[in-house]
Amino acid sequence: MARSSAHRPSRVGPATAPGHHAGTLDVDALLDDPATGIIVCCGSGGVGKTTTSAALALRAAERGRKVVVLTIDPARRLAQSMGIEELDNTPRPVVGVEGSGSLDAMMLDMKRTFDEVVLSQASPEKAKQILANPFYIALSSSFAGTQEYMAMEKLGQLYRENVALQTDSDGGSADGTYDLIVVDTPPSRSALDFLDAPERLSSFLDGRFVRLLLMPAKGPAKLMTAGLGLITNALTRILGAQFLKDLQTFVTALDTVFGGFRQRAQQTYSLLKADGTAFLVVAAPEADALREAAYFVERLSEDDMPLAGLVVNRASPQPLNSQPGGDLSADEAMTASERLRRADATSPTAQLTAGLLRLHADRVRMVERERALRDRFATAHPQVATAVVPALAGDVHDLGGLRTVGTLLAGTADEPTSTL
Amino acid sequence: MSDWPKVRLHVVTGKGGTGKSTVASALALALATRGRNVLLCEVEGRQGIARMFDVDPLPYQERRLTTGLPDDDGGRGVVHALHIDAESALLEYLSMYYRLGRAGKALDRFGVIEFATTIAPGVRDVLLTGKVYEAVQRNRRNKSAIEYDAVVLDAPPTGRITQFLNVSNELAGLAKVGPIKSQSDTMMTLFRSPRTAVHLVTVLEEMPVQETADGIADLRGARLPVGGVIVNQIRPRDLDADELAAARAGTLDRERIEADLTEGGIAVSPDLVDGLLAEAADHAERRALEDSQRALVAELDVPSYELPRMAGGIDLGGLYELAGLLREQGMA
Repeated sequence: MARSSAHRPSRVGPATAPGHHAGTLDVDALLDDPATGIIVCCGSGGVGKTTTSAALALRAAERGRKVVVLTIDPARRLAQSMGIEELDNTPRPVVGVEGSGSLDAMMLDMKRTFDEVVLSQASPEKAKQILANPFYIALSSSFAGTQEYMAMEKLGQLYRENVALQTDSDGGSADGTYDLIVVDTPPSRSALDFLDAPERLSSFLDGRFVRLLLMPAKGPAKLMTAGLGLITNALTRILGAQFLKDLQTFVTALDTVFGGFRQRAQQTYSLLKADGTAFLVVAAPEADALREAAYFVERLSEDDMPLAGLVVNRASPQPLNSQPGGDLSADEAMTASERLRRADATSPTAQLTAGLLRLHADRVRMVERERALRDRFATAHPQVATAVVPALAGDVHDLGGLRTVGTLLAGTADEPTSTL
Repeated sequence: MSDWPKVRLHVVTGKGGTGKSTVASALALALATRGRNVLLCEVEGRQGIARMFDVDPLPYQERRLTTGLPDDDGGRGVVHALHIDAESALLEYLSMYYRLGRAGKALDRFGVIEFATTIAPGVRDVLLTGKVYEAVQRNRRNKSAIEYDAVVLDAPPTGRITQFLNVSNELAGLAKVGPIKSQSDTMMTLFRSPRTAVHLVTVLEEMPVQETADGIADLRGARLPVGGVIVNQIRPRDLDADELAAARAGTLDRERIEADLTEGGIAVSPDLVDGLLAEAADHAERRALEDSQRALVAELDVPSYELPRMAGGIDLGGLYELAGLLREQGMA
């Protein structure tokens, strides 16, 4: 049973700007809210989505929720520490979680998920035919959109099998295995791939070309239009006859399970849209990553998807002497540094001190640039609440590290950070 | 003298967030010495080149982008840019190799072009790499086109690069015979030759370095030529090893530093000195982690190059600066 603690009062600090700005993202309130059933972390590659997902899941579990986290491609040591280095498509309990909640973790096996869908939708004979087709093999293991679609498929499965029961019964009598699913999404080339995945599969199945390929198999030869003849001839010339034959077999075989596919894709899409879902856009304080994040925010609101906020990872640590009286601008530091470098060795530590000043200037400049980028984002997207997570010195590969990230996510965003 | 004198095709890959597009752009500038034409290509539809060089979004057409980094005598070559998208590449391919006429239009009308470029597995990559191949191997079918001395490809990320370049493998089982099959085999011959080098961009952090090592193993497994490793965004080196050790241990001489600061013209307060010392300790910690990763990069046994982190972000001037550093280190 989820702990029913009320939303924690928002913390003190300058971030909660008056009026139009959404201010700081209250991560704990989101995690504690029993109505939150799904959290989807999305964003471009290399911004720390997987770590963010795992840290959120651990924190939610240690605050009393029954959580499963679905990751896509975790770093080896992180996967090991969570006990999921085996890619077997099944949630495994994570050992070492403190408190009354629970945490299971799993790594997505894209091909196996696809195979399972085929097996569940088609007759055994048909399924066998599909699974052996070279097009299917390529589609299920390498097609750029498959990973996105399969992540959504697995999410839908987990939800239907473990969470839906509970929410459907009145008052949440909690016989589902989980009450919160945290999903890490594939590092999409385009931020939009992920949302488009269900739609894309649908439109593929409805595509004119696919329909044309199906025709000869379905009806009399007279349906072979002149256009199709031209196409098949052209394709045969370019690709060879076998290519077209395999493709036709594939599409024909899949046709029987099309309806099922589309229905599931649409179910998952509505699930994402429902109130119990919260999207978190994850970014790094870099122009590119924030631009991708902006596309994501726009796209999510276009589709009326429930956006909970933005997580900015790997922020440069604040200058440590930002207290009143200790303030020193980058320019001042550089001027003094150069002066010391020129003043030939009156002091044995002059070069050291000059170095310290340059490091300080470097740090101030990084922080200023990142703040400017975040401000620009906030101006363009004032409705998006934000959590800023400072960069840790090392990579995270154990529960302790995830706990630290969780703490940073939940609270210390605007405070000068300590070193780690 | 460049470390890669024979290479015509420089493929630049890297984990997301390591700055591979920046490095690809800087490399193109560095390669464009006097009288040389360099083509910088992107294939992921992000228009990163246009943003980086602050020009209008690029079409599927080679555009003169800028001049290269001047060499010692002030001579400079020209960098051109090309944004490759699969649909345009397919249409161009069809018109170049097949006179499809009515069938070509029908292909478009029935959604085959869209199908082939978005859904048919592997085909998309083959089309993108096919255009890159064409730019490197300009032949009689494309007579009026510029011949490039070097082509730099801002490629998909490390996790996907082997699959992306291993085109004949991607098509294996799909197109077993036919012209596509033989063309993809010809492309593989170039990609596997000493005229190609796949460079990997990383930063000195655990995951990117691990991914770089895995990427190199994958490339070698597919017999694709591994180029250099570009270590990007390295931290400033203002402190030497002894100073770093003292900073970590908290044994820097506080009084002397205070005196130095005063001499440097700064009004010293205890908070300020505390802050600087704490920053130094933090920096030393991160430098130590960098050094441990740098040792791993050295074990990869490929040439490596280092580029600094630019605190203020990277503008056009910054790109030329990075290009200069690559040239100094012999990458171009």
